[in-house]
Amino acid sequence: MGLGLSLTAVIALILLVFAGVKGANLHLLFGAVIPYAAFIIFTIGVIYRVVKWGRSPVPFRIPTTGGQENSFPWIKQNKFDNPSTTSGVIVRMLLEVFAFRSLFRLTKSELKDGKLVHGSDKWLWLAGLAFHWCFLIILIRHLRFFTQNVPFVIQLFEALDAFFQVGVPLLYLTDIFLVGAVTYLFLRRVVFPQVKYISLAADYFPLLLILSIAVTGILMRYFIRVDIVGVKQLTMGLVTFSPVASESIGVIFYIHVFLVSVLFAYFPFSKLMHMGGVLLSPTRNLANNNRMVRHINPWDYPVHVHTYEEYENDFREKMKKAGIPVEKE
Amino acid sequence: MAKTKIPNPDELGKIDYTPPKKHWMDIPVEIKPDMYCHGAKAKSLKVVDFPNARDWTPAEADWKLPEDWKKIVLEGISERLKKYRTFHVFMDICVRCGACADKCHFFLGSGDPKNMPVLRAELLRSVYRKYFTTGGKIFGKTAGARELTLDVLKEWWYYFYQCTECRRCSLFCPYGIDQAEITIIGRELMNLLGLNIEWIAGPTANCYMKGNHLGLEPHTIKSTIDFFVNDIEDITGVKVEPTFNRKGAEILFITPSGDLFADPGIYTAMGYLMLFHELGLDYTWSTYASEGGNFGFFTSNEMAKRLHSKIYAEAKRLGVKWILGGECGHMWRVWHQYHNTWFGPMDFLEEPVSPITGTKFANAKSTKVVHLVEFTADLIKHGKLKLDPSRNDNLVVTFHDSCNTSRGMGFFEEPRYVIKNVCNHFHEMPDDTIRERTFCCGSGSGLNASENMELRMRGGFPRANAVKFVHEKHGVNMLANICAIDRAALPPLMDYWVPGVRVTGTHELVANALVMKGEKERTVNLRNEPLPEKGGDSDV
Repeated sequence: MGLGLSLTAVIALILLVFAGVKGANLHLLFGAVIPYAAFIIFTIGVIYRVVKWGRSPVPFRIPTTGGQENSFPWIKQNKFDNPSTTSGVIVRMLLEVFAFRSLFRLTKSELKDGKLVHGSDKWLWLAGLAFHWCFLIILIRHLRFFTQNVPFVIQLFEALDAFFQVGVPLLYLTDIFLVGAVTYLFLRRVVFPQVKYISLAADYFPLLLILSIAVTGILMRYFIRVDIVGVKQLTMGLVTFSPVASESIGVIFYIHVFLVSVLFAYFPFSKLMHMGGVLLSPTRNLANNNRMVRHINPWDYPVHVHTYEEYENDFREKMKKAGIPVEKE
Repeated sequence: MAKTKIPNPDELGKIDYTPPKKHWMDIPVEIKPDMYCHGAKAKSLKVVDFPNARDWTPAEADWKLPEDWKKIVLEGISERLKKYRTFHVFMDICVRCGACADKCHFFLGSGDPKNMPVLRAELLRSVYRKYFTTGGKIFGKTAGARELTLDVLKEWWYYFYQCTECRRCSLFCPYGIDQAEITIIGRELMNLLGLNIEWIAGPTANCYMKGNHLGLEPHTIKSTIDFFVNDIEDITGVKVEPTFNRKGAEILFITPSGDLFADPGIYTAMGYLMLFHELGLDYTWSTYASEGGNFGFFTSNEMAKRLHSKIYAEAKRLGVKWILGGECGHMWRVWHQYHNTWFGPMDFLEEPVSPITGTKFANAKSTKVVHLVEFTADLIKHGKLKLDPSRNDNLVVTFHDSCNTSRGMGFFEEPRYVIKNVCNHFHEMPDDTIRERTFCCGSGSGLNASENMELRMRGGFPRANAVKFVHEKHGVNMLANICAIDRAALPPLMDYWVPGVRVTGTHELVANALVMKGEKERTVNLRNEPLPEKGGDSDV
């Protein structure tokens, strides 16, 4: 259900640009107005969502502990999977964000001859990590379009990415890995019965969208050449708020840019917000030091209790008979 | 108690993990016998002034819900979104990657797709989307949103009481989404409508009025412990002399009341008594604060706080310096992660110091509560106990990590250190089934009733399966633990899946190995079974 719908949506989006640029000559709309709008929606949307989450307090400090706690000096603590200090938490979060620590634990459980067998299963971790890192590096590489003199850092990324010096223009490794990883992430949703069972349109759509963005980008770089001078003129125009959308650039570019715009605009309304959410997750971003440091619940309130006095009133005679000391004889 | 007989292990072990063809939203919930607990009784809920108290039966169509139940639930969700960042974030950020799917013992034991943590959360998330997100309002089912109907409510009830809040899924989730937190909040919503289960509501009411889940009255607590005292004297020749509600004691000792009730928990309790006597510890039991566990925690966070406030009230009244807590799983999750927030600062107590070794429990300096197993580990480390582990030589032991102390605390080395010092034969279960990756007993979070036995045997299947592995490989015949619910729940689980493996608390092992001053030559262990022959290395 969700798959067909997502596929249709992505195709419709592509056709829309085609019609808009080729048919109606709306270069400025697709080259500048929509990207601006998408960027604004993205920025405001992400801030709004994070602030909204942030307004919900954290009443209890409930980290999920993934290793030995801080105990006696003679027991070795697992400081990063079960941190008891802020610096430990920072390392835990860095590992979580940059190395997908939790996903790295992944196991697969199967029933074989009536026995459950658990084995390591790193594919999701590997594909997830490859995808996110490649996406980030590609994003950084794209900054060359928004800077007049390309900074050294970006050049360095480009050089490393094209390390093997294959092809003309040089082949970027991230392009291959990204497509490979996204394809895996997509296929597992179609092939693995359990993952398929839980998948929604909201899961297929971003994958297909990103895959289309990657494919159009690759087509542009290696196969269907576009007017690169025109592209840079447009992108620099966007940065300096004086965009000039050239008709000579080629429709593939507009498709690429439009799909990226859709991704940006869609981002704050979707599960892609996990990017911000992981940082706010109270099971990960708090120290396991509850017995050492008190955590305050901002909405704590007094509750009804059954006092000792009431208890003793209920049982005084029985207590006295049993020789248990009482407050009132 | 169970109306129907549950299938034999061979049959129950045939589990099909293939999801059905139909979309899960189109499959209405079926309340299956042996898979759920009795509904909460009106009288239990009335004791703690819970709303909509009434007698009702889950299997019947009419749940006698209040007229405006839908409004109550939606307002309940709205309120909790504003109070819990966990809930708010967890409703929004799941990407349905499926990492959690085969981490849940209930899914592994049943194959029911709604037991995949991701889908159990979607049961609630789908309603959240419909009423609280723009996308869900506009796109409906396409966006994974659905109306809150009576069927949905029943589905929630059925599956929120098929989650033991063990947090295993949370460990593997790349965003730390914690199904326990969603279940806790789901159950709070249930409680707004009086839809608890009696196995939780009854003990909660008991605990509120009488101080402990079992409803033991003060004189019964004393006579029960006196009974242990006599047994200990018969076995060891040593007369231990516990005190109750004694003012001025240095330490208040609190343990789950389950330890006072049934085999094998009572042997653990006898172990506590023997250890404290041997140390000459200045401690007291309390009949008022006579429960370390907290079934209120399986009800609502407010109820949990209401039950445990007596622990500190009692510590203050008796004027003790610090509190020592017995072996229990969820008790320690609550003591460790919630107490300080609810009841702190505990400035009327002192930073705990072991009177025997002088060790300062720096990791408990704010709450002033020490886990008995860490207390004992420290004693052994300092050579303060005379131990004869050969008395446990008839046992080949493995250790079951409780979910709560594992993923809500990280308490792994302390119990292992103790066990390895009091037993000569110890073997770990496979790595993916212990420590932070431990599997639940299948009966936690108040689900250890008898009418849901099939659910319990299914939920405990992954744990039993790992025990079976070491039973066959190393001849393991004793499953040690540090949890009262484990001591109650694991024996039937072992009898069902791995006959020949028995269950013990850690301090039962300690007490059997403990050479006490002035003891007679022991011929039997705490269970009144003959001790293994010296040097015979009997059946190993």
